[in-house]
Amino acid sequence: MRRGMLGSIIPVMILCAWEILSRTGTLPFDAFSRPSDIALAWLSSLMDGSLLLATWQTFETALLGLAIATIVGVLTGAMLGLMPIAERITSPTIEALRPIPAVAFMPLSLMMFGFGVGMEASIVAYACVWPILIVTIGAVRAIERRLLEVAEALELSFPARLWKIILPAAFARINVGLRIAAAIAVVVAVTVEIVLNPRGLGYHLVLAQQSLKVGLMYAQLFWLCVIGYLLNAALRNVGGRSTRILGSV
Amino acid sequence: MKFVDPIKLAALAFAAALILAWQGLADLRLISPIFFPSPARAIDVLISRMADGSIWVSLAATSVRMAFGWMLAAAVGVVVGAAIGSSRLARELLDPTLEFIRPLPASAVIPVAILFLGLTNAMSLTVIAFGAIWPVLLASVYGFSSVQRELQDVAHVLGFSRREFLQKVAFPSALPDIMSGLRVSLAIALILTVVTEMQSSLPGLGWDIFFAQRSYRSADLYAGLILLGLLGFVANYLILLIERRTLRWRNLGT
Repeated sequence: MRRGMLGSIIPVMILCAWEILSRTGTLPFDAFSRPSDIALAWLSSLMDGSLLLATWQTFETALLGLAIATIVGVLTGAMLGLMPIAERITSPTIEALRPIPAVAFMPLSLMMFGFGVGMEASIVAYACVWPILIVTIGAVRAIERRLLEVAEALELSFPARLWKIILPAAFARINVGLRIAAAIAVVVAVTVEIVLNPRGLGYHLVLAQQSLKVGLMYAQLFWLCVIGYLLNAALRNVGGRSTRILGSV
Repeated sequence: MKFVDPIKLAALAFAAALILAWQGLADLRLISPIFFPSPARAIDVLISRMADGSIWVSLAATSVRMAFGWMLAAAVGVVVGAAIGSSRLARELLDPTLEFIRPLPASAVIPVAILFLGLTNAMSLTVIAFGAIWPVLLASVYGFSSVQRELQDVAHVLGFSRREFLQKVAFPSALPDIMSGLRVSLAIALILTVVTEMQSSLPGLGWDIFFAQRSYRSADLYAGLILLGLLGFVANYLILLIERRTLRWRNLGT
């Protein structure tokens, strides 16, 4: 309780100073807007549904990209984790591709997919696949040898082995990679929208700035903070719970 | 004489096979040369741009932008992180606010930065520094707030002043955290450098790639991508070297 009180002192002070300085004319309204205006812009964009639609568009793409990255990353990671030699053979290639910033692929994916969900999701997938891949390799390699020997003794097929033994055993650690990737997914999606793709929260943010609706711009920035904060909190929660459930297996 | 490690050879062969397969597919026109120009053409572009010198201009512009943004983030991040990390009151006052702003995608401040600074280098540096500061800042807060109890007691017994404590005990003890924060920051700085160059037509590799796409010269696009990958790789390698050097004292005792 005390922590919450102390933590709100500074934001409240800033907001009050902002409002007062704006009312007295010290801060130019056309660049700074003012908290009361921002709150109104936020409410009205929430009421007419435009903010929620944009949020959905961003999340839809981020989720699609994340799903692709999860499938590719976990499958490849599981195979490379099981075959150390293959991992060592491919690792220089992986290490050469990994440092290329995902956003640098924007022009390429624009050429291939055009504007829309496809180009954005492909960039998100590229950005998200690396943490998932690397965490999965580590997780699969850390599986107890005896479990793999059991799978061998039971003569399970590769899909059965993957589904029944490897993934449950490695899930707790893969989950860490998925959580990192989920946070990356939203950030990358918004970035692609700001630079290129005319949809979602990022695009609406740029649009608000370019049409000089400064209040709306700050409102959307605030909204992005809220979403990011909630997402992080949710990921922490989900992570803890699923690890507890599966960790006891 | 030592034999070459067969695995390393196989790794090289794997990478070469991938590139050759791509070259073959492009030569046979099985994949569209508009989207996937053959690697040979991308290398051609790289060589000719190296020869006429235009590539160094772009590479230098991007490297300098990234380095300056990163250094700004590093300086502010470490100092502010030290201030917050070494005081419990400051942590309680600021932690919630920082936790709230931290998840904000750094590129989201681009519109605000453009509003105040226009399409300038100052805008680009501000955005890069804003995005790259979080890993250093948080690592520095954590490092300074988790100085071992014993070390604090030793400093107390020796009668260190607050400044001496920060300088001689807390900073070295936080350094490993700060260094790993700095490494993450550098990767983010490169990403934001590319983004701001694309967004506001500032010279550099990001803009080169963007412009190559607009004029449908995909070989140029790949040349830019290769260089960006190299830049990211070299930057990361350099900071790993610095990290190993500055942290060498830690391994001496053990």
